[in-house]
Amino acid sequence: MFEQLSYLTLQEYWWLIVAVLAALFVFMHFVQGGQTLLYSLGKTEEERDLIVNTLGRKWELGFSALVMFGGALFAAFPLFYATSFGGAYYVWMAILFCFIIQAVAYEYRKKPDNVFGSKTYEVFLFINGSLGIILIGIALGTLFTGGNFIVNDMNLSHWTKSSYGLEGALNFFNVAFGLMLFFLARIQAVLYFTNSINNDAIVRRANIVLKYETWIFLLFFLYVVGSIVTMSGYTYDPQSKVVSVEAYKFLHNLIAMPVVAGMIAVGTISLLWGIASTLWLKSKKGIWFSGVGTILVVIGLVLLLGYNHTTFYPSLADMQSSLTIENSSGSHYTLVAMSYVSLMVPFVLSYIAWAWHVMDKTKITIDEVQNDAHHY
Amino acid sequence: MEHLDPSLVNWSRAQFALTALYHWIFVPLTLGLTFLVAIMESIYVRTGDIWWKKTTKFWMGLLAINFAIGLATGIIMEFEFGTNWSNYSWIVGDIFGAPLAIEGLMAFFMESTFFAIMFFGWEKVSKRTHLLSTWLVAIGSNLSALWILVANGWMQHPVGTHFNSDTARNEMTNFWEILFNPNAYTKFLHTISSGYVLAALFVISISSWYLLKRRDMQFAKRSIMVAASFGLIVSLFNLTTGDDSARQDALHQPMKLAAMEGLYDGKTNAPIVAFGILNPKKKYNNDEDEFLFSFEIPDGLSLLGFHSFDAYVPGIKQLINGDKEYGIMSVQEKLDKGKIAVTSLGEYKKAKKEHDTDKATMALKTFEEHSKYLGYGYLKSPEDVIPNVPLTFYAFHAMVTFGLWFIVLFMVILYLTMTNELKEKRWFLKLALWSLPLGYLAQESGWIVAEVGRQPWAIQDMLPVGMATSQISSGSVMITFWLFAVLFTALLIAEVKIMTKQIKIGPEEA
Repeated sequence: MFEQLSYLTLQEYWWLIVAVLAALFVFMHFVQGGQTLLYSLGKTEEERDLIVNTLGRKWELGFSALVMFGGALFAAFPLFYATSFGGAYYVWMAILFCFIIQAVAYEYRKKPDNVFGSKTYEVFLFINGSLGIILIGIALGTLFTGGNFIVNDMNLSHWTKSSYGLEGALNFFNVAFGLMLFFLARIQAVLYFTNSINNDAIVRRANIVLKYETWIFLLFFLYVVGSIVTMSGYTYDPQSKVVSVEAYKFLHNLIAMPVVAGMIAVGTISLLWGIASTLWLKSKKGIWFSGVGTILVVIGLVLLLGYNHTTFYPSLADMQSSLTIENSSGSHYTLVAMSYVSLMVPFVLSYIAWAWHVMDKTKITIDEVQNDAHHY
Repeated sequence: MEHLDPSLVNWSRAQFALTALYHWIFVPLTLGLTFLVAIMESIYVRTGDIWWKKTTKFWMGLLAINFAIGLATGIIMEFEFGTNWSNYSWIVGDIFGAPLAIEGLMAFFMESTFFAIMFFGWEKVSKRTHLLSTWLVAIGSNLSALWILVANGWMQHPVGTHFNSDTARNEMTNFWEILFNPNAYTKFLHTISSGYVLAALFVISISSWYLLKRRDMQFAKRSIMVAASFGLIVSLFNLTTGDDSARQDALHQPMKLAAMEGLYDGKTNAPIVAFGILNPKKKYNNDEDEFLFSFEIPDGLSLLGFHSFDAYVPGIKQLINGDKEYGIMSVQEKLDKGKIAVTSLGEYKKAKKEHDTDKATMALKTFEEHSKYLGYGYLKSPEDVIPNVPLTFYAFHAMVTFGLWFIVLFMVILYLTMTNELKEKRWFLKLALWSLPLGYLAQESGWIVAEVGRQPWAIQDMLPVGMATSQISSGSVMITFWLFAVLFTALLIAEVKIMTKQIKIGPEEA
């Protein structure tokens, strides 16, 4: 059935899958946000153990989503995988280091003879949740602001700056994007804890964090959204594929794709409702609204980048080297083969949802953590 | 496409080798131990014996320690193709990316979802659902091995692909050929069975330590019984899959086979070297002896490679110089054809840019005639196709020797367990205890044979490593190399210390 689809439709389909994966990954950042709140919310060792164990049952999903995100980009948009990872080398390496240390931190933190002491592993969790997320935001920000790469006639690429992507951290928009994700992660963590932890002290402190950090998040969010709708972007001619600058490119994309605009608007409202209902109505279900909201907004932003003849990875070094879903994708055959594979996605999502449901049926307590022989 | 800085290639290879080597310390144990744990939990569910639950939980605890560092060292592997081998990622990404993505979707989510239930779900789901989760973790981790080895098998023997001169990359033409590539599934079966052998050794080694210390005797005996039975079956299977792998090398990577055996001069009725010391002065084009000392089994290599006593096995000399009698083309000839392919591809791209259709058609025709040898066009001299012979030779022989020893070990242990003499044979328990490091050495050796033996090729005969790297400064790769070396070593030390402590604490506390 996928064989009949046009090359462009397949490319758009795969860009949508990339968007969904990016959205799930960003949703799972509540784990990282929670890691940075360990000492603000947990004042005793038992409370901190409770927080770590709550997150410890979920962290691997975010980790898998990151790996899957990389795999999907490799399979569907190999030129992006090659150009960005191989060019913005230091940024991606820094991100990976932040995730390497996360992977051992949960399991090793409380184990006797862990060589470096519990504190070190808690620092690992903090670095992963702060620097890791901000760097991801910076990397994603460059999809709007561009990277310094050149792609030659043979489609082989190189970076033109020896800072290999770190220069992206000097761009205020990119940093704001990173900080927006960072505060979003912390807000989501608060909402997740409110929903799944049975401990009044932690939930009370979480509420205070929510009260203040919502405003900081909104500040960055408004700045980022404001910048996106006012910034110029690269567009390409559907026939000649020649890239040119277009003022208000993303605003034009929003107008041209009302569904995407609607997703972002509904997502934003849902996210804000999740926060507001927790703050003022003492609802415990805020995470559902903020989660769905986050997912919708991220999908919308990613579609805004790739659809409507937009370059999703503009090159600052050579405009014509900019990447589009058309010039960076896998072959028609591979996209068809991978599209069949993508039919597994609903199945995977449903068993994840089932597992989530059975594990989170009852709220987690300090007693449960302490009575479990295998706790983190 | 021009040649890249050799120091960049070396640092990129060093970093990939370092990270893969570290990752490979932990993966085989996960592949096997997940199954052993699932078997033990099955016994618990069938018998309802709480002792088996305790045993399961203890090994599961050790699995978790290993699993965490496996993930830590594994995430980098997914991205390193892009960060350090970006030319590769473009040139073959259309084929290579697919199995990696499928691995993520089919395996990683299954592992991570059911891992949480396996560890934290004892009281949250029914006994049977829990058991199912444990099995799904085992299946998930082995599925992950399947897809990554489909990808690796394709690198060793590329099939189902065609070079598209417009996009300047290889594109997938047949998914099923890639999935059912004989190289991929022999590699998969050999790799997972070797992982099962390591897991069996792991359980036996630790249990032997308990028996030597005369503590947790019942636990240790039960664990040994399960592990040795499992170990014997899988090690015999491993032997047959090893034989298949060697046959694949004979068919598709004859240079690797020659390096594995230190075979410089090809012959019929080629013997296999059971033990030997290579002559360091030997080159493919001099008359020095191949070995300073060797013990050979007549006809062994012909039999291993081609399942026939008198089959002809080409040596390094014939593979370089060519041998008309056996239809082997010289490397120089391939190099010449490769250069034509490189030049004509460049001419084709240039003509297309200038909209010179005639010139483009001609250049494309020349290219298509020589495209099979494109990879050779990037090599400098015929000798470049010789891998590091001593490393490949000794690694291969270490792997085989240890592998054979494990079969003996499992047999003797099973016999001694059945006759109830095991705990008295302290010298043998010590031998069993110290066989575990040999298991790890065999694992790493196998990986070295597979990967060093195919140099200089990233993709066999298609893409040399020198053309495959990212075009970044070698200094930046050097920096990340050392960061990985320090971080992974620190994490390894922590892992070993934590694991040792948990073993000392013992199953009673698990």
